[in-house]
Amino acid sequence: MIWDLHCHLSGVTGDTPHERIAKLMRYADRMGVERLVFFMGFPWSKDPAPDDLRRQNDQVLEALEHWRGRALGFVYLSPKHVEASLAELERCVANGPMVGVKLWVADRCADEQIDPIIRRAAQLKALIYQHTWWKAGGNGEGESTPLDLAKLAARHPQTTLICGHTGGDWERGIRAIRSRANVVIGTGGSDPTAGMMEMAVRELGPRRVLYGSDIGGRSFASQIAKVSGADLSPAKKRLIFGENLRRLLTPILQEKGLPL
Amino acid sequence: MIDVNVYLGQWPFRRLPHDGAAKLAAKLRGQGVTQAWAGSFEAVLQRDIGGVNARLAAECEEFGEGMFQPFGAINPNLPDWREDVRRCQEDYGMPGIRLHPNYHGYELDAPLFAELLDVARERKLIVQIAVKMEDERTQHPLLRMPPTSLAPLPKLLEARAGLRVVILNGLRNWRAPVVEKLASLGEHVAFEIATLEGVGGVEKLIAHLGVEHVLFGSYSPFFYLESAVLKLKESELGGVQRNAILKKNAARLLAT
Repeated sequence: MIWDLHCHLSGVTGDTPHERIAKLMRYADRMGVERLVFFMGFPWSKDPAPDDLRRQNDQVLEALEHWRGRALGFVYLSPKHVEASLAELERCVANGPMVGVKLWVADRCADEQIDPIIRRAAQLKALIYQHTWWKAGGNGEGESTPLDLAKLAARHPQTTLICGHTGGDWERGIRAIRSRANVVIGTGGSDPTAGMMEMAVRELGPRRVLYGSDIGGRSFASQIAKVSGADLSPAKKRLIFGENLRRLLTPILQEKGLPL
Repeated sequence: MIDVNVYLGQWPFRRLPHDGAAKLAAKLRGQGVTQAWAGSFEAVLQRDIGGVNARLAAECEEFGEGMFQPFGAINPNLPDWREDVRRCQEDYGMPGIRLHPNYHGYELDAPLFAELLDVARERKLIVQIAVKMEDERTQHPLLRMPPTSLAPLPKLLEARAGLRVVILNGLRNWRAPVVEKLASLGEHVAFEIATLEGVGGVEKLIAHLGVEHVLFGSYSPFFYLESAVLKLKESELGGVQRNAILKKNAARLLAT
């Protein structure tokens, strides 16, 4: 069972979300990916205005229409626009089919301005994915590091937060969030460097590690290989490939009547 | 199945689960690889390249039961590098050499690089060029190394017809015009797929370049070997295409 935490409507041609997701699903079929979580539309915007957030979320909603249950959606929000983001949370999660939140690089997540979004998402049982990177050449202005996420996690110890990309520089990223039990890592969107998954499981335990791909910029292949190629037991691989994500999404899927 | 991009020795910045010739050979064999073109991680930073190549040749001889074809490293910034080339070919019987221009401190428009290509052509050696070893965003902060620019290469190869060149770890941006330009020079210029990304990447790449320029390469043990293997599953390929990528193209290069 493979559940993919991290998918975008990119890497394939198509004028509409329908066309794009249909093409992506053909690759998912080839690779045995059962469920896929999509967030953000196209073209991307690093610092989206409220109307752009709405436009991109509409695209994901459109993509989900014909794939209900198999394709899941996280609503794209920005801590720079808290009121608009809260409105999108109501529209897309409380009153819509989405089951999580995507936070990208508009502003760093350590800042307390993001807290109303985190609190409301937690009330809705929405799973929260925060992009993180630790770049040797320096992060973008609003780009969070895993240490930023650790600060956020300390303020919201009862809320599960996903450390996107494992911080990119995973050897430091894993350490940065290790002591925060409410933080899990999303392993997609980096090179398939050997040893990554072994270290993650050694330091965090297998229940805090989630498979994701970051298609279409990445391939399913390179990201699935991180799990299938790792020196880990089959039981641990099953947790990472899908059982962990299913466990974390179970409350909101049940509430929405979506299949488990 | 021929993997044209593996490394022996230890990566300087971490231990890798399958570093070491015996472990890597077993891993490769488990995925159906019958021949692997091997360079040495030690060549990246060490300056006694002669020692590095001697150990590489010995390891390939000792382990793997014929799995490994050694590709010695040459650093044209070192004195008397021509002797290293000679040893690679005459003493160790290597079919080619592997270059790491960024770590060895030269660009491809350096006169020494052109001289090295001339020597390789005279000796009929395959030249592998490793564009990068690691995502530059995740490199050790004390040793940041931008990837090698291939921009000068097409002109150099135009003047050296028939020289066999394999680009390693060079397809992260496979739509770059220089990739197409290099492929247009002929079947003797090829790329391997270790750093190729994007959904359905291999089928898109061969539609763009032609299958004759595409080789199976895993960059193992730095990358999980399964990454390259699964890329062939993710793309819709016919049997002829698959065979070309997995074996025929590399065997043709080796035999030319």
